[in-house]
Amino acid sequence: MGLLDQRFENGNVVITSVDTLLAWARLSSVWPMQFGLACCAIEMMATGASHYDLDRFGTFFRGSPRQSDAMIVAGTVTLKMATRIKTLYDQMAEPRYVISMGSCSNCGGPYWEHGYHVLKGVDRIIPVDVYIPGCPPRPEALLEGLLKLKEKIRNERLIIKKPA
Amino acid sequence: MIPQEFNDLLTSTFGEAILESKLDGVFDPFIVVAPDRMPEVARFLRDNEKTLCDALMCLSGVDLTKGKLGVVYHLHSTKFNHKIVLKAFVTVEHPHVGSVEAVWKTANWHEREAFDMFGIVFDGHPDLRRILMPDDWEGYPLRKDYQVPEFYNGMKVPY
Repeated sequence: MGLLDQRFENGNVVITSVDTLLAWARLSSVWPMQFGLACCAIEMMATGASHYDLDRFGTFFRGSPRQSDAMIVAGTVTLKMATRIKTLYDQMAEPRYVISMGSCSNCGGPYWEHGYHVLKGVDRIIPVDVYIPGCPPRPEALLEGLLKLKEKIRNERLIIKKPA
Repeated sequence: MIPQEFNDLLTSTFGEAILESKLDGVFDPFIVVAPDRMPEVARFLRDNEKTLCDALMCLSGVDLTKGKLGVVYHLHSTKFNHKIVLKAFVTVEHPHVGSVEAVWKTANWHEREAFDMFGIVFDGHPDLRRILMPDDWEGYPLRKDYQVPEFYNGMKVPY
């Protein structure tokens, strides 16, 4: 139900709800924060590069949390890094979203038992919207996760409450 | 130089500072040096014309259990292409080893890592603080009797 699916036959006028328009605007330019923590970041970079081309989804990386809408936690979250991630998340303007990429940031991954220095899941410090399994997930999986996030944003209602 | 020549040279030069040596094992031949004499032995091996060990390839900390810690130095000479391993053993109660940071700058971060992971204190190191773990971390994670903390800064650590 994207706006561009409609035909612009009626004198260049499209009729839609404000909520749909706002959601469409927001989901069409999800700008994630540019940082990677481990090998997942390599896949994330591959996703951003020309072959998988994240830009065609209106998504490209920003260097500042103030300009970012989403945070892709790509890799192992060590306890030392966890406090920094929390700070970066707090610096992002709302609405903000978090994609947890890979087993490490989902649940600790291979460090789940003996990783004294690893946070067992980034959802222990910040709320996560989409979890992407894999070690590391392929670029297709990251794209799928991004599309899932877009789906979530599309169904959000800012003005009217969704009927229960 | 072969390991036996290293051993003879060091024993004749430093005498009691050379505690023991094992040159015929299946592993790399090593010479055990008194922990507090390590800097001068290291400087001698670097500057002596016969040895010229100008590269510290690796400096490792080891937990040998039963209250014993060790530091292992892998030395290499780029001119002669010979290698020798030095070891120093200390106790958990008194984990002090002389720093070789002034001899090889490489040792700076290696010694900080050994301090971070095993709590081995390198006397004479200019900046001995944790390098991997956060500054407010408690305990030395690679010791065999290390217990993972339940919480760190309010974050639950175990799964």
